[in-house]
This record gives sequence, structure tokens and C-alpha cells, in this order.
Amino acid sequence: MHYLTDIILIALGAALVNNFVLYYFVGICPFIGVSRRIDMAVGMGFAVTFVISIAALLSWTITTFILMPGAPVSKYIAGLFMPAEAAAKVDLTILSYVVYIFAIASSVQFVEMYVRKFYPSLYRSFGVFLPLITTNCAILFACLIIFSQIVGVDNPADAWDLGKSLTLAVFGGIGFTIAITIMAGIREELELCDIPKPLRGAAITLIVASVLAMAFMGFTGVDSGLKKALTPAPVQTEQGAPK
Amino acid sequence: MAVAPTPAERFIQGILPENPVYRQLLGLCPTLAVTNGLKAAMTMAGAVAFVLFCANIVTSMIRHLLKPHLRIVIFTLIIATFVTITDRFLAAYMYDMSKRLGPYIPLIIVNCIIICRCEVCASRQSVFTAGADALGQATGYALALASIASVREILGTGTLFGMQVLPTAWPNWVIMILPPGAFMTLGLLLGAVNWFEQRRSEKANSKRG
Repeated sequence: MHYLTDIILIALGAALVNNFVLYYFVGICPFIGVSRRIDMAVGMGFAVTFVISIAALLSWTITTFILMPGAPVSKYIAGLFMPAEAAAKVDLTILSYVVYIFAIASSVQFVEMYVRKFYPSLYRSFGVFLPLITTNCAILFACLIIFSQIVGVDNPADAWDLGKSLTLAVFGGIGFTIAITIMAGIREELELCDIPKPLRGAAITLIVASVLAMAFMGFTGVDSGLKKALTPAPVQTEQGAPK
Repeated sequence: MAVAPTPAERFIQGILPENPVYRQLLGLCPTLAVTNGLKAAMTMAGAVAFVLFCANIVTSMIRHLLKPHLRIVIFTLIIATFVTITDRFLAAYMYDMSKRLGPYIPLIIVNCIIICRCEVCASRQSVFTAGADALGQATGYALALASIASVREILGTGTLFGMQVLPTAWPNWVIMILPPGAFMTLGLLLGAVNWFEQRRSEKANSKRG
């Protein structure tokens, strides 16, 4: 029950409340660049969701088994030529950025090759976006959140498992898809409007994004309200009356 | 371009004519995220300048060894190394700022400006030209960040660099330091830059014709 609550809250937070694009400002480049037509926007959204899930899977695995202090694989390898107590303290977290970006870049390359070879129709619909996604901040951002939730927590029992990490990634990707699709819909209508000349193109897109961000601010507090509703009663009485 | 620009020209070009934010629309993610205060924005600009300069120099030095299909991966690995250095430095000497900028420092790795400069300039030019280009782009980026951050900080909190500049009776426009204000400010400033540019080119045309 408790685990399910966490999953629901992570999903809701990633998709709506703290939307990747409109709250954290990651993935702005495709949000501005590829939001001209709805079908392209949806293709981009799915491509990002797909890659972000793979990246989350990789980064969780790498962090848990290799990078974090006392991770099993690095402990074993270090144990081959170090005394056991020194091997238990091996901490590779400083390499995290290099490792993540390498994992993302190479996995995108492999996915692109695989899709082009075995699913040509799928490749035609979203394959062209795949190389662009390597430099999409949303992917690395998801990896960094997962990293901070594994390494940054004080109590090892609170560290995220694979399920939570994947939930964050998939729903973050869905949040990106929602935002970019709404944006593309608005921009298709904007084509027909008489916009002052200097504002055409990126400027009006940013102003529309500002209004969208205000709309998404309306979700603020939904997650904490839901948390209160889902938490079993005894926890609330322990905290005492808040007001 | 028939004649390759000299290092000095490259430096000038980065500041306004090819400003990374206003002209090329690159690196918008940190531009929007860290500009709710001038101090954070300047720290970010410094970090980007350091990474851009070092990455450009290193890329330029190894440009004859690069293989075309692997170059993007090499660029990102070079950048990631320097970003790690920056991140550790900030965490050691400016801990509060490092906490405040949070994930946006590591996100410099995927900042399009740096990859774009490595690709367009540093992988084809000598070390000196690449360095000048990096400095020009970094200055342009710092100016863009400073302009957005000043507007947002003055309107949002009535302060600049933490000092009160507007009368205390100023009703703080809280929206300006929240995400919508970032999009709004950048959109309007971009429109203003385009407007000036159009007027200048119209004037130049009327003089010629």
C-alpha cells in the first residue's frame, strides 16, 4: 500500500505537478523547435519517452551496482587487489556525469541502429528525432534525479528501486509529450493569427509557453493533497493538528 | 563566408551578431532556469564560460584525430569531464550556490551552445581561434543571462544582486521569479531584440536604395 502510494505520487509529480518542460525547463530545445505540427510533436514525445525509460533503466543499474559507495560490482573488483575494508569504501560517484552521458549517447546510437534495421516504418515516423535526443536535457535530468534519490538519501532503505525510477522516467516522458502536444496544437492555430512581426517564431512560442506554465501552476498542491488523502490515518495523528 | 573570420572578429561576433541566446536560440534550458536572481545567473555564466573555453581548446587540439561518426560522443565526454571539475569546485567553494543551481550545473553537459561551438568552430580551427570564439560566445551568453536575470530580479523581488533598488513599497511580482515569468521575459526580450534588428536592417536598406 505504502509503495503504491509512492508510485502514484511520483507519477503525478513527474507528469503534471512538476512538469519537466514547464516547471524544470528541461527539453526546451525540442519544445520550441519541433512543436510546429501535432503529428511531429507526438512522434517526438514518444521518442523521448522511449529513450528516457531506457536511460533510467541504465542509470539505475549503473548507479546501484557500480557507482554508489560500496556498490557490489566495484567492491568485488576493488577487493581483488585491495584489503576488504578499503574496497568497501570505493566511491565512484565522481564519475557519474561522464558515465551517464556515455550511457545515454551509446544507447541512443544502438536504439537508432536497431530500429532502422528491424522496424523501418517506426524509424520513418520517429527515427529522425533519435540523434537529437542525445543532447536533450530531459534525459540527463531524469538520470540525475534518480542518482540523487539513490546516493543522496541518508537512509539506505529510502533509496529508489527500479520500479520508482522507471515510473519517474515514463511519466516524465508522458508529461513532456502532453506539454509539447498542447504547444503544437496552439501553434497550428497561431499560424492563422496576425502576430506583430518581431514576435513571430520563437518569441511568441515562449510567451504562449508562459501562459501554459501558468496553467500548469494550477496543479501545485495536488500531489500534497493526494498524499494526505492516501496516507493512513495514524500517521496524521502522530504529526498533530497542523492548523 | 568566403574569408574565414580572424580570432578578433570571432570574439566580436559571439557578443551580439551571433549571440547564443537571442540570435541562435541555443542553451535555453539553463537560461530560463537560473535567471531568477542575478547572482545565480552570473555563477552559471562563469561555469559555462569555463567549460566552453576548456572544451573548445581541447577539441581544437585533437581535431585531427576525430572520426566523423564518433565526434559527438567525444565532444560530450570532453564536456562532461570539465563539468565534473566545475561541479566539484562549486560544491567545495560556493556550497550554497551549488545547492541552489542543483541539477542545472551537470545539465551544462547537454547544453547545445557548447556542442554547437565544438562542432562548428573548434573542430575545424586552430587553438587560438577556438579560444577566442569560446570567449566571445561566453561573453554573449553572460550578457544574455544578465539581461534576463536583471529584469526578473528587479520586477520579482525589487532587488538587484540582493540589494534593494526599487522602493520597498513595490509590490513584488512573484510570477516573475516563478517559471511563467521566465518564459515571458525571454519571449518579450527576444521580440525586442528582433524589433531593433529589423529597424536597423530597414534603415540600412533605405540608405542603400
